[in-house]
Amino acid sequence: MKAYIDVERCKGCGLCIENCPRGAIALTQHMNTGGYVYAAVETKKCVGCGICYTVCPDGAFSILNEGGDD
Amino acid sequence: MGDMIKGNIAVAEAAVRAGIEVYAGYPITPSTEVMEYLSGRMEELGRTFIQAESELAAINMVMGVSACGRRVLTASSGPGISLKQEGISYMNQMNFPCVILNVVRWGNGLGSLDGSQTDYLRETRGGGNGDYRNIILCPSTVQESVDLMYEAYDIGEKYRCIVEVMTDSGLGQMMEPCEMPPFRELKKCDWGLDGIYKVKRPDFLNRNIPAESETYMKKVRAMREAEQRWASVDVNDAEYVFVAFGLCGRVMEGLVDELRRKGEKVGLIRPITAWPFPEKAFAALKAENPDVKGFITVETNGEGQMAEDVAIYTRKHGLGNVPVYALAYACGVPKDAVVTADFAKIKSGQIREVF
Amino acid sequence: MAQERRVPALYNQAKFCGGCGHGVLVRLICECLEELGQQKKTICAAGVGCSCHLKTAINVDLIQSPHGRAAAVATGVRRAEKDMFVFTYQGDGDAYNIGLAETLNAAYRRENICVFVVNNANFGMTGGQMSWTTLPGQITATSPHGRDCARTGDPIQVPEMIAFGLKPAYVARGAVTTPAEINKLKSYVRNAMEAQLNGEGYSLVEVLSACPTNWGMTPAKAVRHLAEKVVPYYQLGELKKRGE
Repeated sequence: MKAYIDVERCKGCGLCIENCPRGAIALTQHMNTGGYVYAAVETKKCVGCGICYTVCPDGAFSILNEGGDD
Repeated sequence: MGDMIKGNIAVAEAAVRAGIEVYAGYPITPSTEVMEYLSGRMEELGRTFIQAESELAAINMVMGVSACGRRVLTASSGPGISLKQEGISYMNQMNFPCVILNVVRWGNGLGSLDGSQTDYLRETRGGGNGDYRNIILCPSTVQESVDLMYEAYDIGEKYRCIVEVMTDSGLGQMMEPCEMPPFRELKKCDWGLDGIYKVKRPDFLNRNIPAESETYMKKVRAMREAEQRWASVDVNDAEYVFVAFGLCGRVMEGLVDELRRKGEKVGLIRPITAWPFPEKAFAALKAENPDVKGFITVETNGEGQMAEDVAIYTRKHGLGNVPVYALAYACGVPKDAVVTADFAKIKSGQIREVF
Repeated sequence: MAQERRVPALYNQAKFCGGCGHGVLVRLICECLEELGQQKKTICAAGVGCSCHLKTAINVDLIQSPHGRAAAVATGVRRAEKDMFVFTYQGDGDAYNIGLAETLNAAYRRENICVFVVNNANFGMTGGQMSWTTLPGQITATSPHGRDCARTGDPIQVPEMIAFGLKPAYVARGAVTTPAEINKLKSYVRNAMEAQLNGEGYSLVEVLSACPTNWGMTPAKAVRHLAEKVVPYYQLGELKKRGE
């Protein structure tokens, strides 16, 4: 299982970054259509614990089998 | 001929017959009998009675019931209706219909317990925020209170608007023989919330306000065109036309008859809707009796609230040069002898027109 | 154990500020509604304030209630529709200031509804004015020198009033701070909903939340402030358990 971000829902609040136990998330240098700089998951480091999903206030995360949604 | 029944009880039973599923209200003189009666009657029929903590809470409960497409009643008097204004405005925004009974009592603030017509301007203009209009029905007998209350629900659902039945202490407390209408089946309107989110809600911020406004005003225009009601007595050859509603209208029906017998050429327009104001009655008068010499409102409030509407609508329909007088008797029920004497003073010029 | 998680279908993108706890509560409510099979039988009475964003955030039937009156609107819905799941969604300003009478009275009457209140110690939507939940000394838009409780009252504790003064079915207070607290909060939400479905009566879940915008902090700092300075002021957990 890995964490995947719907970048359009991300507001760059950084709570996932604060809480990720593996330091696998960081802000990118990119903006979504809402004008927010969004976060990205370094999939290699991700262990699919789901903490990011839990703390994200915007429902930006899904935890899915590696390879993403089918 | 039906049994003798007290006005408040009759109108409450009429609402039951019309199919209300919930009553939510707060006691306030002179409307309290409505609530007391329904506390037993609703339970008897397996329906719901809620004693709310305030009139403010009650209108919000009404909102919740109406949102679900079900018929509901709340009854109150002047100060309680004041508390309901915000809820009334919200319901208009969301097109949630309901019927509100206002058993009017005199005065500002706590006022008194006397019957009165001091809420005319507030009810017809609306005391809440926004462009909304409610339909205001003004019965003059207990039977008419029953008939109008019964019909009010259909009218409200036709437009998805609020209908207010406006009586007063006198009509609420008096007893008259009255026939009750048949029981309607309880039903849920198909637009009522059913727990399945179907139509995407508009955002609070990104919206086309002129379009929203026009949609609502279109409804108002339809109501104004189709829902004017009045009764006319002897207007086509009248020199002076009285304009009076509710118990004042009832007094004037009798007095116009008596004055005619004494040779006075008088008539009466009795509005049955205060809003929409029955301007068609005045348009008809312009056609049939353009030489009418004066309009005289007979009201129980401070200086003749309805006289303003008579002035506005006579002007609109080409009768703007006809003087409008206001006989305002504060509260209670005007006495024939007093109105007759004041009518004489109008004719002699001692009482001047107000418009 | 890693498990699949998808955002509930009931839950849309919402306009809450980045880092605001509202978004977490909305997701938890949506998760529980779906888990309990209520997604097609739910009517929500929403308050005024940041709660207005719920209109577009959640795919359930919703009535925008006047400020403070959601509990009364929910009462009307509850009494009209015997089979619906009914809840309110309000801020602390809505439920505990302007709406205190309606909030307490619905609890007093033991209405079979769930009331969810997000408490961020200020009036958020209108720009951070003092709320009755504002902490002593807290600077807000209407307490520029810090809240003086001697003149304005102490932070109001409505869950306690209801849990210990009335007869609710369930009362709890959670906080959107750590993942562990959020998981506990979900169990409070779930319990509140089950209490209603079981006809047990009134339940209230208050949710302490950060307000990064009006507290003038980044989301991470605001959540730390919530955990270190706000939460200790309150009792977290179930104040009234079901069945007691």
